[in-house]
Amino acid sequence: MSDAKPRIRVPATAKVGDVIEIKTLVQHVMETGNRKTADGKVVPRNIINSFTASFAGQEFFKAEMQPGISANPYLAFFMKVPGPGEFEFTWVDDAGVKVSQKTPLAIG
Amino acid sequence: MARRSPAGSALEDRRQRAKEDRVIASLEEGPAQTPGVLKAMQRLDIEIVDRRTFLLGAGASLAIATFLADLPALAQEPIRSLDEALKKVLGDAKPAESGITLEVPEIAENGNTVPFALAVESPMTPESYVKTLHIFASGNPQVGVASYIFTPASGKAAVSSRMRLARTQDVVAVAELSDGKFLLGKRGVKVTIGGCGG
Repeated sequence: MSDAKPRIRVPATAKVGDVIEIKTLVQHVMETGNRKTADGKVVPRNIINSFTASFAGQEFFKAEMQPGISANPYLAFFMKVPGPGEFEFTWVDDAGVKVSQKTPLAIG
Repeated sequence: MARRSPAGSALEDRRQRAKEDRVIASLEEGPAQTPGVLKAMQRLDIEIVDRRTFLLGAGASLAIATFLADLPALAQEPIRSLDEALKKVLGDAKPAESGITLEVPEIAENGNTVPFALAVESPMTPESYVKTLHIFASGNPQVGVASYIFTPASGKAAVSSRMRLARTQDVVAVAELSDGKFLLGKRGVKVTIGGCGG
């Protein structure tokens, strides 16, 4: 996985009970395993196969991805704000590389 | 395996091979060998063995690396047809063909990144919520695109992302509800240049 930091967008502030949208973007080749090099060797599959989102230690959304997802996967989803806390987003690829990112949410 | 010298240039490689060929040719000629050739052969023999051993070692480690990388792919055998994929998700259940909003472009110029948005109207309470949303690309070499797992804390059963489409085809979404019911939605996408890398 690339060293580039995943990009996360959450609302600047939110009220308890609001349903907010979270947008994430991470850099990854998402190699499908279908491609061959010029000398006919299959390029081994390496995709981000799982993504999890948790808030204040509670997992609320998960994605299982397959080779049909584009390179540098973008993913937007929602959460109902339960109270103050911090997001933690985790991406894991076929090579076992794990990238985690924490983002606080301001209540106001 | 490509016979390439590990560090040297193609020219060195050619020279090396020419040397080997000369030795082999002289061997085939029979017993009439001059001591000079023998000496050259002995010297070369060591070189050849060294090079082969190196290549063998490099090949073996490459094979192990490939094997490791292949493991997850083997663990989840790719599904090649939509029917097979739907059967795996639905079992014997009959999905209602309504209730899913599936937004895809009518015409996708670049099959490598086709934006899509999925949504299901649901109160998202512990009593009634959308458990999973699956998306399939019926004409891709591997039909599965992604599965999204929700909880009541998700607040809304909706996602958007980008997918690869190999060619013009139907995109199919299936929603699995907490009461055991299923919903299905389908949309056609015309693809100008296919993604998925062949």
